[in-house]
Amino acid sequence: MRVIQYREALREAMNEEMRKDDKIFLMGEEVAEYNGAYKVSQGMLDEFGPKRIIDTPIAELGFAGIAIGAAMNGLRPIVEFMTFNFSLVAIDQIINGAAKMLSMSGGQISVPIVFRGPTGNAGQLGAQHSQNFENWFANCPGLKVVVPSNPYDAKGLLKSSIIDPDPVIYMESELMYGDKGEVPEEEYYIEIGKAKVVKEGTDVTIVSFGKMMSRVIEPAVEALNKEGINVEVIDLRTVRPIDFETILTSVKKTNRLVVVEEAWPLASISSEIAFHVQKNAFDYLDAPVLRITCADVPLPYAPTLIAASLPNADRVVKAVKEVMYINK
Amino acid sequence: MSSVAITKETYLYWYELMLLLRRFEEKAGQLYGQQKIRGFCHLYIGQEAVIAGTMSATKKDDSLITAYRDHAHPIAKGMSPNAAMAEMYGKATGCSKGKGGSMHFFDKENKFYGGHGIVGGQIPLGAGLAFAEKYLGTDNVNVCYMGDGAVRQGSLNETFNMAMLWKLPVIFVVENNGYAMGTSVARTSNTTDIYKLGLGYEMPCAPVDGMDPVAVHNAMDEAVQRARRGEGPTFLEIRTYRYKGHSMSDPQKYRTKEEVEEYKAKDPIEVVKAKIEKEKWADQAWFDEVAAKIKNQIDEAVKFAEESPWPDPSELFTDVYAQENYPFIKD
Repeated sequence: MRVIQYREALREAMNEEMRKDDKIFLMGEEVAEYNGAYKVSQGMLDEFGPKRIIDTPIAELGFAGIAIGAAMNGLRPIVEFMTFNFSLVAIDQIINGAAKMLSMSGGQISVPIVFRGPTGNAGQLGAQHSQNFENWFANCPGLKVVVPSNPYDAKGLLKSSIIDPDPVIYMESELMYGDKGEVPEEEYYIEIGKAKVVKEGTDVTIVSFGKMMSRVIEPAVEALNKEGINVEVIDLRTVRPIDFETILTSVKKTNRLVVVEEAWPLASISSEIAFHVQKNAFDYLDAPVLRITCADVPLPYAPTLIAASLPNADRVVKAVKEVMYINK
Repeated sequence: MSSVAITKETYLYWYELMLLLRRFEEKAGQLYGQQKIRGFCHLYIGQEAVIAGTMSATKKDDSLITAYRDHAHPIAKGMSPNAAMAEMYGKATGCSKGKGGSMHFFDKENKFYGGHGIVGGQIPLGAGLAFAEKYLGTDNVNVCYMGDGAVRQGSLNETFNMAMLWKLPVIFVVENNGYAMGTSVARTSNTTDIYKLGLGYEMPCAPVDGMDPVAVHNAMDEAVQRARRGEGPTFLEIRTYRYKGHSMSDPQKYRTKEEVEEYKAKDPIEVVKAKIEKEKWADQAWFDEVAAKIKNQIDEAVKFAEESPWPDPSELFTDVYAQENYPFIKD
């Protein structure tokens, strides 16, 4: 199968859907003439023209709201945030507007829209450019939150997000845009809300999503394999809704769970999963659920402090051994 | 100057519409006092000429959007007073199925897009509604209302910039009733001539006498024609006055009774009535007939709301997602 970059997978998803539906347009900072801050939209202006590939001023609140208004009136906008760090100035429009419109209007006015862009840390970018908001948006009913971990998922999930009737928050990563992976030539969609068991195993269930999968989980699994520990790995793909069924099925088999995410710990995706598992699989658990998050602090600049904060493979290995009561 | 001419019929229409809105809001105020209507409730009394002048200068396919003082706009667009009253009661037959309340009226069929509770939040949405019209190649416009408080929000400035840049067919209307809740315009900004905020974006802008539907109509007509020609937005500061408090719980200690009386002397319904009488466009029998018809409409709306069912609890999880069978967390 052919191998393409994560950014190319995203671009293909947008191109394919835009060719099928004139009502889809892409709007954001630097998406058109600059070809995208991270080159996701490279060439799209040439193909679709300035009516459908639209550069905006640096005004996230304004253009997020304009896009939501356009969606209320029959269009299907894709809004690119240069990063989700900048979505905070637009969050009123997303939460009070996009997420609630259908409910407040008694089902009359839907908002089919995708807000996409990178989330999480991407090197030494300082505290204001290194945040994870997956759990913030996932908290809000009316939204769906998709966090793909590889090029194949990125394409299939973005295509599903674009044709979805509801507002979708679609989170990528600056560090993943150059990641390569197998993506078939033929069209496909991946269902929103379904997790994927990426590796079957018997000893411990590891649940994670997004950039953590390739950067933390994969090396941890490799290290654990060498020690003869056979973990089952679940990629959530979507954090609203969360596919609890797949998690529970796995935990009932392995009886142990470690959840890994890049966000802050309080009221996070891992807290929610831990609650759900203790409530619905209490008698199956042979150890407390552990979770690995970043430290409960704004992410600093210095590399030593970043390393001390973020989840890494060693911490995952340690947590897996801890739930297995292995002391070494 | 007006491309939609003001005729005898316009005056008769204005009178009937404004009286309906006035009586509807008076009844809403009473019912709020009786605790039939709960939550926040913001009445439009005194500001009727703004919507009257808009309606005569726009067409059915033009859309409206506003903030939370939102009872008048959808009724003017054609929404049934029954659905409006039932919504304030929280009944299943309300215009938002009892899920919106006083601040969140919606009527997609009549192109009324809400009913928004965050001050200034509807400004980019209105521009977005207009964006879609332009994108789809229609000649429809959006009229986006806001209060004088909203113009201090960042959303206005961001939206004005893009609406001008992209020449969106939107008319931004400040219904300047002088007070952002209890704080006068002069206490919130060095710039008290609100329309001048348009100048920074080279957006055509003007102050308009909001107690006079003719002035509103003419200003709106010019703005609408400009938008239909593809020349972009207009910013109208329509100077009006609300006779009642900001919401039902407002003791109004920030203004004098004399000030309120001064505006009531210029009441748009009385002004229009005087014109009709002077021109002998209608006799007393017509006025009596209109009054009786409106009384019936309001009585009927209250009866409808009273007798309508509450939303069934099973409705709690509907209309949150367009997707069917969304897996809500129910523990």
